[in-house]
Amino acid sequence: MQCPKCHAPMHTYNRNGVQIEQCSGCRGIFLDYGELESLTRLEAQWSQPAPPAPPAAPQAYPAAQAPAWGAPQHGGHGHYGHHRQKSFGRMLFSS
Amino acid sequence: MPAQLGSCAGIAFPRAASGGQHGGIPHRTGRHGGSPHLRTLTHVTTDVPALLTALTARVRQAAHARTAACPCGAATLADRPDATVVRHGGTVAKAHPADADHAELSLRVTAAARLPGVFLPPLAPAPADLHGRLVTYWPYGTPVDPEDPDAAPWESAATLLARLHRTPAPAAVPPMRGPAKAALAVARLRDTAPGHPATGPVLAAWAALPAWARGAAAMPDPTTLCHGDLHLGQLVRHPAPAGPWLLIDVDDLGTGVPAWDLARPAAWYACGLLPPEQWHRFLTAYRARGGPAVPADGDPWPALDVPARALTAQTAARAVTKAVLADRPLDEVEHALVDACARMAAVRPAAPRG
Repeated sequence: MQCPKCHAPMHTYNRNGVQIEQCSGCRGIFLDYGELESLTRLEAQWSQPAPPAPPAAPQAYPAAQAPAWGAPQHGGHGHYGHHRQKSFGRMLFSS
Repeated sequence: MPAQLGSCAGIAFPRAASGGQHGGIPHRTGRHGGSPHLRTLTHVTTDVPALLTALTARVRQAAHARTAACPCGAATLADRPDATVVRHGGTVAKAHPADADHAELSLRVTAAARLPGVFLPPLAPAPADLHGRLVTYWPYGTPVDPEDPDAAPWESAATLLARLHRTPAPAAVPPMRGPAKAALAVARLRDTAPGHPATGPVLAAWAALPAWARGAAAMPDPTTLCHGDLHLGQLVRHPAPAGPWLLIDVDDLGTGVPAWDLARPAAWYACGLLPPEQWHRFLTAYRARGGPAVPADGDPWPALDVPARALTAQTAARAVTKAVLADRPLDEVEHALVDACARMAAVRPAAPRG
């Protein structure tokens, strides 16, 4: 991809899971749709040193409403990463 | 290639051709009687090339009988030991497992035909016989995009299940086959991977289940109509590409414990694989539509526990069997299933529903 401003080649960097294109010439940064929001979210997490309570969403899922044999990370931040989601994605579609 | 259509796909059959459609293809009348447990891979695969060719010819013939101007979009949607599904234009033909019973499959197809707005309507009321396999015909429907599980229609799936579970079952419909299928997967694990370190925890989790969940006794609920094998490959939009979502795959349809149909997403959630938000969208939509499998509010897990354990064990059994046959280690997701089975040892299954 070429920089829309100075036409130098742009390089892709990964910043906390967000793909960012930066121009090797003018150092300008190109963000895809939604990436600015992702960065803002990440920034907000950094600036809150100790979140006093879990955010609103996990409150909707009381810990009691999972079986005792369930995975220990219930409560919001499970391991739903991309590599995991890929293998799991296949499983969603088979018996 | 179109998305894998779970273990089924829509299939259509022209009224004009249903009845006398067997031209030229040998018609096997008797069902050969091997036990389903003894159906080996070798036996099935030797039949497959001829079956696939014949099935492809049959669906082309069926499609052209329906529409004169056929765009001829033809494809094999699935070709597995237990099901071969081919599409030609708007018509899909499915060859059912070699051990499928004609009478039972007919009852299941008939039940689907009586559930408009819930099941994809079959194009012919009775299965045809082709190379010793039963074949059914359905209209083509657009499947869930497997590349985009985040776009999965959880609310539609839940709504369809609630509607199915609330429909009075036809008098003559066989039992739902979920527990029997889980038992087959566990039996296969026992045969294929007796020495694998994951086999012990999976078998132990399985052994702790009540007999009905292991397919070893009648299910406690003999009246509720269930899909029996719900996953995201079991939903299509019909008419394609933007019609309403409908359920497909009648192979396991029957009466039984409706929580079984919720238990696969429940198991994925419990194993830490399905994000809580998606599980809760599904559960909330099911409850909002008056689905009877779980209480309208409060903790749904007393009802879900046993089926979710069974489906976790079944999925783990399939995963370990597959990994052993491919001579590869378990991946992270497969480990999560086995780990869940191991944790089950510490907590007894929920008592049967009163």
